[in-house]
Amino acid sequence: MSLDVLTFLFVGGSFALYIGIAIWARAGSTKEFYVAGGGVPPVANGMATAADWMSAASFISLAGLVSFIGRDGSAYLMGWTGGYVLLALLLAPYLRKFGKFTVPDFIGDRYYSNTARTLAVICTIVISFTYVAGQMRGVGIVFSRYLHVDINTGVVIGMAIVFFYAVLGGMKGITYTQVAQYVVLILAFTVPAFFLSAQVTGHFLPQIGLGATLDSGMSVLATLDQLSVDLGFSQYTDGKKSTVDLFFLTVALMCGTAGLPHVIVRFFTVPRVKDARLSAGWALIFIALLYTAVPGVAGFGRVNLIETINGKDNTGTAYADMPDWFKNWENTGLLAWQDRNGDGKVQYSAGKAFDAGKGKPKFVEGDERGEFGQRITTNAITDPSFDSAKQPFANEVYVDRDIMVLANPDIAQLPNWVIALVAAGAVAAALSTAAGLLLVISTAISHDLMKKTINPDISDKQELMYARLAAIVAICIAGYFGINPPGFVAQVVALAFGLACASVFPAIIMGIFWKRHTSQGAIAGMLVGLITTMCYMYYFAFGGGTPSEYIMGISPGGFGTVGAILHVIVGFVVSNMTEEPPQEIQDIVEDLRIPRGAGAAHDH
Amino acid sequence: MSISNEQAQAYWRENLRIIVTHLVVWFVVSYGCAILFVEQLNSIPFFGFPLGFWFGQQGSIFVFVILIWTYVFSMNKLDEKYDVHE
Repeated sequence: MSLDVLTFLFVGGSFALYIGIAIWARAGSTKEFYVAGGGVPPVANGMATAADWMSAASFISLAGLVSFIGRDGSAYLMGWTGGYVLLALLLAPYLRKFGKFTVPDFIGDRYYSNTARTLAVICTIVISFTYVAGQMRGVGIVFSRYLHVDINTGVVIGMAIVFFYAVLGGMKGITYTQVAQYVVLILAFTVPAFFLSAQVTGHFLPQIGLGATLDSGMSVLATLDQLSVDLGFSQYTDGKKSTVDLFFLTVALMCGTAGLPHVIVRFFTVPRVKDARLSAGWALIFIALLYTAVPGVAGFGRVNLIETINGKDNTGTAYADMPDWFKNWENTGLLAWQDRNGDGKVQYSAGKAFDAGKGKPKFVEGDERGEFGQRITTNAITDPSFDSAKQPFANEVYVDRDIMVLANPDIAQLPNWVIALVAAGAVAAALSTAAGLLLVISTAISHDLMKKTINPDISDKQELMYARLAAIVAICIAGYFGINPPGFVAQVVALAFGLACASVFPAIIMGIFWKRHTSQGAIAGMLVGLITTMCYMYYFAFGGGTPSEYIMGISPGGFGTVGAILHVIVGFVVSNMTEEPPQEIQDIVEDLRIPRGAGAAHDH
Repeated sequence: MSISNEQAQAYWRENLRIIVTHLVVWFVVSYGCAILFVEQLNSIPFFGFPLGFWFGQQGSIFVFVILIWTYVFSMNKLDEKYDVHE
């Protein structure tokens, strides 16, 4: 069967499955809409959490990122898994005992203040929207490559599917669809990883394969180090980032992960405190299945990429002889080549081949082709000189990191059904996360704003209607961002983690572990965390800041950690200067530390 | 609630001890082995990996999984000991 037919079957089949589940799991009450009725079994919740968490970024971008930055990728691998230890130990059981529907619910009640609640609503909405834009884009990219539709059409199809099961099913529909999506995405990631690992090293498990020795007698990692150094890149197993920066970035990613509202809210859906802990355990197992395979996929992918482009003798391959995948990806604009030295060969090494911020190529409109059949760009760097002490030739190629996972099966010439499976998996990863985020946005609006702040008298039915309306509006905004992506998606995702780390995470932790924390302290802390982190990121993203101005060498991605430290200090000082919280609040804190009674506390 | 105030305090103290022990291990494998002492550990080969690099990309994730599960089991035991389980 041709790849097109197979992809259509796999993606279409998975869509049919999701819609079927959505119809079966319609939500009838706000409790079902917000927390799936509170009766989700821990294993199912673990899978749903894993699917919710593993977005287009984990599925598509992470292996590509590790592939290109080597050791520095450890910050992401550890940050995005280590956060679950914090979640399990410091947040999930207590928030489940607290037994409400949303993160702003906890912050508003614990800090007896609608100002605190509104601040939390703002954080939730900003964090979730920044995140969801990337997901819709991911769906669009997959559709444009595999189903030959326009990226925008792809975004609209993705919107329609999410619309169907998020609006209809609420959390209940989302939870059970996410279980199915987890199965699709984990198969789609690990099956090609097994193939790749077996092909490159002879071991099926990429976790072991990455440590294997190749036919050449060198280990995979030594080969990567060698290739990287030969081509002028930094050594694969040794990063570029300073220890301080790596440290702060990892903290920000871990605390940010634990502070993401769409992840936290998953722990409200299980029946007991014990189940909240258990689902964190299951969730991390399911996540680790993918994450521990990532470094292998990244490593093998990089070896394959370099050897395919530069050839076994490392001198380059004539454009005419490049395999089909190279031309396919060129058509999506995520890969580009320009012949700097006029030898007709594609050569890949360190440095930019195109003159733009990240070396991204700009293509001329229309189907006009160059001398060898390549796409024509307007910003190619034509100067053929290079540092011959560092590398054997000037770099002529732009490879977008995001294509690594998607192009891997093509590059390794895996069977067509594996490629179709990867397409279905990437869509599943993007849709499951998008749905979780949209739900969090809609509940923040219907529950925390409408019901709790603006008009407490609305009935359950009306609240449910607002939730559905908010979900519809949120999907449209997300779709808009997917079609017109802000040029700063990368910074924006860093912003989501930075904000979660500097605002939501410390506010929740202090609320649980420090009875004396007052509403004034919490509000001051959140504001300080938010504002410092946003200003720092804004300055370096748009204010013309340069890396030499980093405070203590901390890049904007890691600054959320500093924001969190300031949050804690300011919160501590202000709390000690203000009157201690009312007795009933202190009693609530005492109560949420004891597991018994979580089931009963749920119906409020 | 069937549990006295002193009991609740004792339960909370033991809970905190479990959390702190687990977080120490969590910190050592990730920040210790993979960031602060990565250079030193990288001189030790481990199944084809430099050890520090292995901790950063594989080892710490395995340890995180184990940590959550030992936490789950210790807490379940603790809940039963103080009779606060559901």
